Amino acid sequence: MIKPGSYFMLGNHACALGAIYAGCKFFAAYPITPQSEIAEEMSRLLPKVGGIFIQMEDELASICATIGASLTGLKAMTATSGPGFSLMQEGIGYAIATETPCVIVNVQRVGPSTGSIFGQQGDIMQARWGTHGGIYEIIALSPSSVQDLFNLTIQAFNLSEEYRVPVIVLSEASVSHLRETLKVPDINEINLVNRKLATCDPNEYKPFEAPLNECPPMAILGSGYKVYYTGHLHTEEGHPVLSLVRYHLADKVWRRLSNKIKSNIDKIIRLETKYIEDAEIIVIAYGMSARAALKAVMDAREMGIKAGMLRLITIWPFHDSLIRKLCASARSIIVAEVNNGQILYEVKRAVNNDQKVIPLLKLVDTHTPDEILLKIKEVA
Amino acid sequence: MEHPLKKLIKTENLPHEFCPGCAIGQVYHWVARAIDELGIDMNKVVLVSGIGCCARGVRFVRCDALTTLHGRALAFATGIKLANPNLNVIVVTGDGDGSGIGGNHLIHAARRNVELTVVLLNNGVYASTGGQVAPTTPHGAYTPTTPFGNIEDPFDLCKLLEAAGAVYVARWTTYHVRPAIESIKKGIKKKGFSFIEIIGQCPTYLGRYVLKLYEPVECINWFKNNSIRKELIGNLSKEELANKIIVGEFVDKEKIGLVERYQKLYGKI
Repeated sequence: MIKPGSYFMLGNHACALGAIYAGCKFFAAYPITPQSEIAEEMSRLLPKVGGIFIQMEDELASICATIGASLTGLKAMTATSGPGFSLMQEGIGYAIATETPCVIVNVQRVGPSTGSIFGQQGDIMQARWGTHGGIYEIIALSPSSVQDLFNLTIQAFNLSEEYRVPVIVLSEASVSHLRETLKVPDINEINLVNRKLATCDPNEYKPFEAPLNECPPMAILGSGYKVYYTGHLHTEEGHPVLSLVRYHLADKVWRRLSNKIKSNIDKIIRLETKYIEDAEIIVIAYGMSARAALKAVMDAREMGIKAGMLRLITIWPFHDSLIRKLCASARSIIVAEVNNGQILYEVKRAVNNDQKVIPLLKLVDTHTPDEILLKIKEVA
Repeated sequence: MEHPLKKLIKTENLPHEFCPGCAIGQVYHWVARAIDELGIDMNKVVLVSGIGCCARGVRFVRCDALTTLHGRALAFATGIKLANPNLNVIVVTGDGDGSGIGGNHLIHAARRNVELTVVLLNNGVYASTGGQVAPTTPHGAYTPTTPFGNIEDPFDLCKLLEAAGAVYVARWTTYHVRPAIESIKKGIKKKGFSFIEIIGQCPTYLGRYVLKLYEPVECINWFKNNSIRKELIGNLSKEELANKIIVGEFVDKEKIGLVERYQKLYGKI
């Protein structure tokens, strides 16, 4: 822990520091640009707090070791970028199915394939639907600044512990490689959430039994509960369901995986809004582009255009009704993102008016305020 | 009379889904017996497996157990062991899971010398998907995906693990009951990465397709007649050894394990 105060810090280092402040005690990863500084910093910081840093042989192993450590009771994180995130998808699915808390930082880079190491916001849908199967929810957060990388990494741990779900920090090269001021608070001022642990008689314990909108208390490995974990479709007792005629035995557990997130969406969701109360044009953006959007909106206001900004901090789950409500009085909605249109279609679906939603898509790096301002003037 | 190992088996999870005469029952029996004979607290045992026939057995042993992802058991196990070094983490895996899709994790776990015990049941095929060729299938063997005979050569897993740095390496077949249990016990006690390969029968696929033997006992007899102790190979020619399964302990050495290295590192910081 460092002295509270202001530091000039690299985004990736702020992310690592945030993890340590969140109580992370295990980090497994494989080097990849532009993620490597997170791993480097974790290798320096973790041993000082009695934690484990391990560089695994690949990203497949990194996510699996992270899950193993979390099942054994440690707060655990891994970090990667584009290609590595693709490799981790199966592991993320296992963490969802076994309800294992863990944090995955994905510093987005240009894709598909090796693409390049500069920034893109291309993994929005991969974060949502990257692992196979159609019945799950995930939480993903989008940082816009070095301060966000610190704060949201802590948030990610808290959400992950509370809902027993992997939480993805969807950073991007331009934010992770940014150096700016980070205000580090006193550690005692940070609110930390720890997973609920099983306390009942081991003979009574059903590892996956909980109301549909909650997650069950967890029995960590070695605590005497003799739990069986599997990525297989399973019952509340954790037994695999091996035939279709017995599917109903797993139905509640499998529906709960989505429902525990969906029914708590109001508690999970975080947005930032500026000048939207009377806005005729709203720019929806996230990550680095949201900073450009804010500047563009302020410039537009100076020109007398009633513009506002809505920044998505929680990318997933996507809060349809809230977005619809916030955008209801706007004449036009500009969606600025660095991909071929991913959140764009979520917004279109949410506001249910194709004419109103205008894409401002860029394929690499990030938007400049002028690019966004030009679009605002165009639709004004 | 109650079976002496009943206390170690989650009988409430029965029935199992293994074919009659499968070697998997033997392997889990031996692992349970090894734990029992060593007197280890079952609350401090974690069995980790991947995917495949062999991986399905962990849920019948009365301890914490995980069926993980195909090939990734060792990565999970590494995370578990480092997170709580007081646990006895035993990986039970098959040849396809452990050395095919999971081969990279196998050699790296051995290189790191993580304090894990790996019991790998080698039945020479991908059994749970229907007996397709595996990295361990003999050259020339006919399987559903080698209809003209296997054109590749199989792994010698014990040599691979020796080269990768495992501190204990042994191979037995399902005929060698007692030596196999002793090896598993040695592996569990070892302060480092131990690897015990069990060549076992899959009567449904290996027996039918490769050995052309239909009864489990015939398969076990075949292992008996076609295996040779490492100590006895001295006078045999290469040709005589070509189709033999060499069994025995190949490595038994001392080397500082990964957990201990972490502890030393913390001492320095």
